[in-house]
Amino acid sequence: MKKLLLATAATALVAGAAQAEEIKMGISLGFTGPLESMSPAMAAGAELAMKEVSDSGKLLDGSTVTPVRADSTCIDAAAATAGVERLITSDGVKGIVGGMCSGETTASLQNVAMPNGIVMISPSATAPALSTMEDNGLFFRTSPSDARQGVVMTEIIMEHGINEVAVTYTNNDYGKGLADSFQAAFEAAGGKVTINTAHDDGKADYSAEVGALAAAGGQALVIAGYVDQGGSGILRGAIDSGAFETFVFPDGMVGGALETNFGPELTGSFGQLPSSEGEGKDKFLELATAAGFDGTGVYSGEAYDAAALIMLAMQAAGTSDPAAYKEKIMDVANAPGEPILPGELGKALELLAAGTDIDYVGATSVELIGAGESAGTFREIEFKDGKIETVKYR
Amino acid sequence: MDILNALVAVLNYVVIPASSYGAQLALGALGVTLIYGILRFSNFAHGDTMAFGTAFTILFTWAFQAMGLSLGPLPTALIALPFGIAVTAGLVLLTDRMVYSYYRRVRAAPVILVMVSVGVMFVMNGLTRFIIGVDEIQFADGARFVISAREFRAATGLAEPLSLRSSQVITLVAAALVVWALFWFLNRTRTGKSMRAFSDNEDLALLSGINPNRVVAVTWVIAAALATTAGVLYGLDKSFKAFNYFQLLLPIFASAIVGGLGNPLGAIAGGFIIAFSEVGVTYAWKKVLGYLAPAGLEPEGLMQLLSTEYKFAVSFAILIIVLLFKPTGLFKGKAV
Repeated sequence: MKKLLLATAATALVAGAAQAEEIKMGISLGFTGPLESMSPAMAAGAELAMKEVSDSGKLLDGSTVTPVRADSTCIDAAAATAGVERLITSDGVKGIVGGMCSGETTASLQNVAMPNGIVMISPSATAPALSTMEDNGLFFRTSPSDARQGVVMTEIIMEHGINEVAVTYTNNDYGKGLADSFQAAFEAAGGKVTINTAHDDGKADYSAEVGALAAAGGQALVIAGYVDQGGSGILRGAIDSGAFETFVFPDGMVGGALETNFGPELTGSFGQLPSSEGEGKDKFLELATAAGFDGTGVYSGEAYDAAALIMLAMQAAGTSDPAAYKEKIMDVANAPGEPILPGELGKALELLAAGTDIDYVGATSVELIGAGESAGTFREIEFKDGKIETVKYR
Repeated sequence: MDILNALVAVLNYVVIPASSYGAQLALGALGVTLIYGILRFSNFAHGDTMAFGTAFTILFTWAFQAMGLSLGPLPTALIALPFGIAVTAGLVLLTDRMVYSYYRRVRAAPVILVMVSVGVMFVMNGLTRFIIGVDEIQFADGARFVISAREFRAATGLAEPLSLRSSQVITLVAAALVVWALFWFLNRTRTGKSMRAFSDNEDLALLSGINPNRVVAVTWVIAAALATTAGVLYGLDKSFKAFNYFQLLLPIFASAIVGGLGNPLGAIAGGFIIAFSEVGVTYAWKKVLGYLAPAGLEPEGLMQLLSTEYKFAVSFAILIIVLLFKPTGLFKGKAV
């Protein structure tokens, strides 16, 4: 009798184990390269969500999720493609959080993820071109497109009573995409862009660029560049020569270096960057501190949300098959349903298992629009007494 | 009033920035041309010698600032400069002893020496980054402006601002002093004359009893002094970033070649030609013409000959034209 019981129990265990699987998920971020300082906090965010789900034991009858990292390098499309290829064919991942930068993301999506039918959710690729690209419904992003930032920037500038600006951008996909989408939005709103010109990063001298911008004129100068690159060179030249007094800074320019290197000279200048606030963000910061990493890192919350969305969609579809769960991503991300904050993934899995609809809010107030990208909240900032101050979120 | 405004605009955005940039290029080109004239190879490590010298000058500057030393309105880096030069001179002499002297002894072809200098460049490149890091460093202190844009506008009531940074004045004054000292040294002193003799005809110079080791050593020390001074002036005017000094190498070589490699006067002229053409040709003349043109005829477009992305194309176009029609450069240098 005792033996029989034991055997039955063992069979039941084996049966249970066969049901639950070990799901692998890829994390393809630029662990080396120009954004290598941002990647660790992003990967930690994604892995935090996976650990939370695994620990809850509620995903697809107790399945666990194991992260597998790959280096996308941010700038080398070939290396990123090879990394994602390895994730899919060798590691057998069911979904990928990544890539990190727009060009590399496009390459790995089109060359590897689409032919293999694997879902990719990027936490940080913001190029407008990704919105319209053919993706077989496999690509999503938890960060807003730069086209959206162009519109938000237009609103902020107009509210300052400025309707004539000069624009300079860093000569790459990010800078050009942002500058063009801003110009389109600004002109549609009745503003005038006097000049829209590129500057190259890491050059010896920027007086020619500053001269051209000054000659074109305008009430303010929009610098769509990088704060630790040519953007600061242009800014220095424009301030010193008295060409402009008011500056507008998009996300790449808002950094601590502005305060230390320029400080009071920027009083009256303003800008914006993708960032969120609220209960979800606070909750995420708590979780991150408990897990031992810095949750305020750029795009760290977005990475948590990207991983969470994939796993919640799996639960909603009842399978880890990307072809099935890709249809559910928009459903779990958007209303209607029970709002879900970070740290409540276990509860969300239970609700989904019971057939209740959920509305994933997450660390960054996720709301997917269009072809599956975040509507995005932006933090409007202003310089007061040499310090960056938050005006409001929009 | 309008003519004044136009004049101020050209001064502020073309003449002043191009002059100080030109002076920095000229000092760099002088070092390159000196090495070419006397040691007979193009020293690709020059940009990184500038970075190395500047890095050490910054370290000394920090030490002096910590000790409370200061020059009042002038940047502390000027006191630190001689110490930076000394360390850099030590490094290049050591490099010469360890690397170049071997190739001189085996009478290697100039192109081999050029490749050797590329190797030295990468070593110095790494050394500088190890010592001071890759980040951007601002080390200018003292008064920033001689004339600031805001004050100028308030004082004159003109619509156009004019600004003159102290670093720009220091650059021009220092460059003039250095050039004067160099020419005095080359033309008046015994060592200078023997260097020129060595440059003109090596064999004849050796026959007449000139010590080649001494000439080589003095040349390296002067080149190190020129490189460090150019690097520090550039760093004061803009900021220090190891990578930017590597980028400076191209315009510096363009200046030296346009002026005539091996000719110090040509290096100075070349520096200013390259700087003025980079800034001038891509300048948008809209505002200036707007002031000068009669009412109603102000230009609508930017009146820009070339977009600023092409500024490097401008200096290299000049370089090619000069080489096609005058292979020895504008001033008679050695054929490349």
